[in-house]
Amino acid sequence: MTKDKEQMTKIKFATVWLAGCSGCHMSFLDMDEWLLELANYVDVVYSPIGCDLKEYPAGVDVCLVEGGVANQDNLELIHEVRAKTKTLISFGDCAVTANVPGMRNMLGGSEPVLKRGYLELGDVTPQLPNEPGIVPELLEQVLPIHELVSVDIFLPGCPPDAARIRATIEPLLKGEQPKMEGRAMIKFG
Amino acid sequence: MSVKTLTINNTPVAAEEGKTILEAAKEAGIHIPTLCFLEGVSTVAACRMCLVEIEGINKLLPACVTQVTEAIVVHTNTPKLQEYRRMVIELLFAEGNHVCSICVANGNCELQNLAIEVGMDHTRFPYRFPKRSVDVSHPQFGIDRNRCILCTRCVRVCGEIEGAHVWDVAQRGADAYIVSGLSQPWSEVEACTSCGKCVDACPTGAIFRKGTTTAEKQRDRAKLQFLVDAREKHEWTR
Ligand code: SF4
Ligand code: SF4
Ligand code: SF4
Ligand code: FES
Repeated sequence: MTKDKEQMTKIKFATVWLAGCSGCHMSFLDMDEWLLELANYVDVVYSPIGCDLKEYPAGVDVCLVEGGVANQDNLELIHEVRAKTKTLISFGDCAVTANVPGMRNMLGGSEPVLKRGYLELGDVTPQLPNEPGIVPELLEQVLPIHELVSVDIFLPGCPPDAARIRATIEPLLKGEQPKMEGRAMIKFG
Repeated sequence: MSVKTLTINNTPVAAEEGKTILEAAKEAGIHIPTLCFLEGVSTVAACRMCLVEIEGINKLLPACVTQVTEAIVVHTNTPKLQEYRRMVIELLFAEGNHVCSICVANGNCELQNLAIEVGMDHTRFPYRFPKRSVDVSHPQFGIDRNRCILCTRCVRVCGEIEGAHVWDVAQRGADAYIVSGLSQPWSEVEACTSCGKCVDACPTGAIFRKGTTTAEKQRDRAKLQFLVDAREKHEWTR
């Protein structure tokens, strides 16, 4: 009975990895022993590093989204995440600014990027990837998350360090809002 | 010289005639954020970071070029000004291509510092991702226009302190960019003495020393002030 009750009040927690290098997720793991503390408060319902489920579930309370939106898969997932999540956190510079993945935008569209990568630099059998339904199509531009869906908290940094991530999540566990201000919390890079 | 008395943020301030509101505020220990302003060279009021409100005047005025007048009542940090300053910084980030994580100036950048100061955790304006050029032809220095905010500090420091006038602004509006010589590669501009003053003056990572990589840019801003003091006040030692 008490166990059930505990289960019910736990926060449904997710993390999502779009077009980023996974560095933000590594930094998340860098919270070390505090992860054990966090585990007392949350149920990890979707995450490349903390859960095996392949479908993003409904009724998620808090989700950290790493990475910009670069391809069709990212685009579908971010809309699904927004629809099913109460507090969506834009996690790291790629999510907040498009950052390094967004540097392909300056080449102008997906075609020059694919041509450069797969034809001009392709040593053996140069060809453009084309497997509809399997290999997701690149979008013309890599976009920060908030240019596509509404975002509740911005957590910049490349990557945000463990202390910054903890200072963002910890207040949420108590039903409070984190203070995203000052060098320790919002410096880019 | 006559003295003007004014009020800045409810503090009575006295300043010599001809001083700017920025100078008067600084003497009174009141901080006004600036970006294009650089001690020792002319003022251009290009960035609008230093805008202040003056009671009875129906528009915002840049503190770096507005001279003090008798009995004015100045406010430097109202909610309206805070919001406008944040918008200015957000627009600068959205206008160029700022990838702080791989920038020479990361951790030592006036634009990045101002973003923290105005509380910018993201920009509300869509990024433009413009196509901009990089020139690393000079043997010692490089310019990456992706990070340029067109403050024209380099133009002024090179023209007014070094007397070489290597830099200027080409084109207009969104197409404007910092150009060297007669639109030549930097290395071909014979006027450049390779003094490095533009590296010290540039508030961002746009002009840098070759060989510096991520977060390694250093500036010797005090050198610029020293040169100006040497000329104007004949103070020859640093
Ligand atoms: S110039 Fe400053 S704001 Fe721009 S990328 Fe470099 S560190 Fe970031
Ligand atoms: S190195 Fe000196 S002379 Fe050359 S462009 Fe910079 S400020 Fe001008
Ligand atoms: S290169 Fe640097 S100093 Fe020159 S206008 Fe651009 S940001 Fe300002
Ligand atoms: S510092 Fe006054 S307008 Fe730039």
